[in-house]
Amino acid sequence: MRIAILALQGAFIEHQKMLAQLGVESFEVRQAADWELPKDALIIPGGESTTMLKLLRELDLLQPIKQAIEDGLPVFGTCAGLILLAKHVEGDDKQRISTMDTTVCRNAYGRQLGSFFVESNLKGIDHAVPMTFIRAPYIDKVGSEVEILAEVNGTSLPPNKVINW
Amino acid sequence: MKENRQELNRNLAQMLKGGVIMDVTTPEQARIAEAAGACAVMALERIPADIRAAGGVSRMSDPKMIKGIQEAVSIPVMAKCRIGHFAEAQILQAIEIDYIDESEVLSPADDVYHIDKNKFEVPFVCGAKNLNEALRRIAEGATMIRTKGEPGTGDVIQAVRHLRMMQSEIRRLTSMSEDELYEAAKAMQAPYELVRYVHENGKLPVVNFAAGGVATPADAALMMQLGAEGVFVGSGIFKSGDPAKRAAAIVKAVTNYNDAKMLAELSEDLGEAMVGINEQEIALLMAERGK
Repeated sequence: MRIAILALQGAFIEHQKMLAQLGVESFEVRQAADWELPKDALIIPGGESTTMLKLLRELDLLQPIKQAIEDGLPVFGTCAGLILLAKHVEGDDKQRISTMDTTVCRNAYGRQLGSFFVESNLKGIDHAVPMTFIRAPYIDKVGSEVEILAEVNGTSLPPNKVINW
Repeated sequence: MKENRQELNRNLAQMLKGGVIMDVTTPEQARIAEAAGACAVMALERIPADIRAAGGVSRMSDPKMIKGIQEAVSIPVMAKCRIGHFAEAQILQAIEIDYIDESEVLSPADDVYHIDKNKFEVPFVCGAKNLNEALRRIAEGATMIRTKGEPGTGDVIQAVRHLRMMQSEIRRLTSMSEDELYEAAKAMQAPYELVRYVHENGKLPVVNFAAGGVATPADAALMMQLGAEGVFVGSGIFKSGDPAKRAAAIVKAVTNYNDAKMLAELSEDLGEAMVGINEQEIALLMAERGK
């Protein structure tokens, strides 16, 4: 298995390290030529979604990645990755990768002082999982075909929101 | 809880990696920076080149001006306070700034003590010109480090010197035997635990950006190839002929810092770079503030 990691900006090295620990091969995608390499899946890391979106466009990566996902390439997004993958972003109709039938709110918990850490359950894992939210978005609505794996309902959180873990 | 906050604050710096943080003085400049792909902006009344030119005491910016910039963009907003001026830092925390830069660019408020940054909920970035300074700032609670360089000069030599110094000192620590670390910590005037962390991991426990004198895409690529995890650009953008174009080019240069062909294209036709001041012509060495 060989995983492509979008490495335009943000916390991509953490994904590389984790995959290496698991013995999975990965490579960085920094420009269109990298995208041509054979891959079994894509990871879009956390970072600044506005920065990534701009670079995706200008480096001619947006359409090829969108196409590959529509053709069935598995993709995993965290934080900025979630925003890029969501079909709708509240108050903002910019065209992104926009392949996942969800509506997300950016910076939904406010500024850095609103960032937080929780342990919560995740479907398929039998113990609580540590989850960190840094200036995080949350998912407001999901389409009927979206399966929710975890929710965080802490008192400081809006109720019944799907997390972007 | 404290531990937790430190970790969250270090994590925000992780999210900024591979990005460019730009100095802006107005909401309009902030929007230009965001549109160009900045991963954060530093809100300040005067960019370092103008602080240098104006002389006098330089202080924290007007909170109203900072708030205007917070409203203008969705990316993180940073602001500077004077070294040791914890009251300015409290004010910046009160307006929910995303990151405070305890910065040698402003006039120091205390020539002995830095701010006890562990007491704050908001994160701090601090400048350092060698590993000793970096580890002392981290001990005080900084969750991000940047080279001091020499702000407002457009001359990259000092940022290069500081980053090379840090990297070389990190390499020296990693090659030591364990029993040598105690003496190293003593000589470096840095906490043993942090010295040990660097020995074991071959890197700082927090993100390390380059700052101070970066003016071109090539400067940014140079700093990234030397091991910086991202770049601050202060005067280099809004003191140049075509800020939007230069800003976008530097953002791309940081992502593809190893691709000389792309760097060549990015460097084309950027208009005039900031004029710059050579190392020998500098009257005031800001990097000597706050050790």
